[in-house]
Amino acid sequence: MDFTPIWLTLRLAGLTTAILLVFGTPLAWWLAHSRARAAPAVEALTALPLVLPPTVLGFYLLLLFNPQAGFGAFWLELTGQTLSFSFSGLVVASVLYSLPFVVQPLQTAFQMQGRGPLEAAATLGATPLDAFFTVASPLALRGYLSAAVLGFAHTVGEFGVVLMVGGNIPGRTQVISIAIYEEVETLNYAQAHQWSAILLVFSFLTLLLVYGLNRRSAPRVG
Amino acid sequence: MAQLTLDLQATLGDFSLQVDDQLQMDGITALFGPSGSGKSTLLRIIAGLETRATGKVAFNGETWQHARMRVPAHVRGATLLFQDVRLFPHLDVGGNLDYAARRAPPSRDGADRHDIIRSLELDNLLDRRTQTLSGGEAQRVAIARALLARPRLLLMDEPLAALDLGRRARLLDRIEELPRRFGIPVLYVTHAIDEVARLADHTVLMQSGRWIARGDTADILERLDLPDLAAGSDTGALLNATVASHDDALALTRLTVGSWTLSVPALNRPAGAEVRLRVRARDVALATERPSAISIRNVLEGRVLEITTDGQSPYAEVLIDVDGSHLRARITRASVAELALVAGSRVYALIKSIALDS
Repeated sequence: MDFTPIWLTLRLAGLTTAILLVFGTPLAWWLAHSRARAAPAVEALTALPLVLPPTVLGFYLLLLFNPQAGFGAFWLELTGQTLSFSFSGLVVASVLYSLPFVVQPLQTAFQMQGRGPLEAAATLGATPLDAFFTVASPLALRGYLSAAVLGFAHTVGEFGVVLMVGGNIPGRTQVISIAIYEEVETLNYAQAHQWSAILLVFSFLTLLLVYGLNRRSAPRVG
Repeated sequence: MAQLTLDLQATLGDFSLQVDDQLQMDGITALFGPSGSGKSTLLRIIAGLETRATGKVAFNGETWQHARMRVPAHVRGATLLFQDVRLFPHLDVGGNLDYAARRAPPSRDGADRHDIIRSLELDNLLDRRTQTLSGGEAQRVAIARALLARPRLLLMDEPLAALDLGRRARLLDRIEELPRRFGIPVLYVTHAIDEVARLADHTVLMQSGRWIARGDTADILERLDLPDLAAGSDTGALLNATVASHDDALALTRLTVGSWTLSVPALNRPAGAEVRLRVRARDVALATERPSAISIRNVLEGRVLEITTDGQSPYAEVLIDVDGSHLRARITRASVAELALVAGSRVYALIKSIALDS
């Protein structure tokens, strides 16, 4: 059995989750605390991947990645590689596609703790950044766990966007969901069964972990 | 002596705050007034947590806020004790204390950690999770945490509001000794007049976003033009008394106020101890001759200083001087007329009940 699709999928999901945790945190923080008039618009933009068909996102990304113009050309100039049909392109696409799954749990966690703990930290002499790392982040730990697990799992499960911007290149863009599609198309059901069973069990265990965590730590909050 | 300068205007919704004054902070200063008078908002402005006020805040000559400049809360050195306590739930009690201690400026003097823990009786609580603490324990931890931050000014926002009576009494003892023991001026927000009488050296009266009076607590509490502040009936006077002797057979303690003696139910205080008494105006009756054959034990002779009436109310407030101490009596206007009381009249004050504040 060739494990390349699994390895590629894990790499994509891990990288995507790491990037999203880093950049999603300030975005979630801003959404949780901002009174700016633009906040609802930004919140709606963040949530768009939840409702858009993956093909719509994939279509616009293909246009964006076009190496003849704009961002795609700039990327080619910068790295010598095109974004379309490459692993880098998959990462960019996955970051956008999984954004709400990371930002929303974080935003909820920050909103639930309110400003109270930060104000207390400030009057004890903690700078805002200090208070963020030593008070707000530990208090949002459960939100971070949910965000990481959901972001990772959702990236593992994506199909439409990957197919459109990544195609089906073994070793470069053929993640597990694409591999299953390929096996079914070529009537290789035995291999399709194996991949599908792996994804099914993985997805169930992931959700079990998230819901288990939520249930166990819920009464302690507040 | 610490000095707090305020020149503030703020409009928050339909509420407006206007304060322009300078406060000499020594010991405990109470910020006293009815709910919604802007006390907590003012405290938050001083701490640097409220960004919606314009004007000036300065402490000991150091400007904390002026025009567009606002010194951030974490460098002011003003620690706020919140009514809802706000211990960090992800740290245990010791962790909460360390959090403040690690961020205390080393250049500033502060009390010893052990001393603080001992004085607030926290030795056995250090390993506890904050969620398992009672209200009184949590508030004591919060006070210790605030002290460990080595504040230059301690701001307290109704720290006793959520506690039952027994815990309040014990925590009052701890709070009362803070300025003396740790050398930190305290600004204490409350709407409970018994806390003011018990704790405060100075009192600021606040109503509808304005300071309407300030001065020594004893002077403020006996002012006649401020009767409605504490829901009307709770105004009174403070008396400093000394424990003279105990009568175990009758379970009474005798106290001296000036050249007069008062009897109160037995107090667990040694002879010679100073106690602070609060006598509510509604608990004082007046007579123009020394009454005999009467159950009231405490009768003081004095002279009427001032009588205030309000045309609408059936009552009059009478301020009486007793050997330099002041008492207030709340009697009907009809009685004032019948007894022909005027400023200077000699009267006997009959005290029906005395509240002991310490």
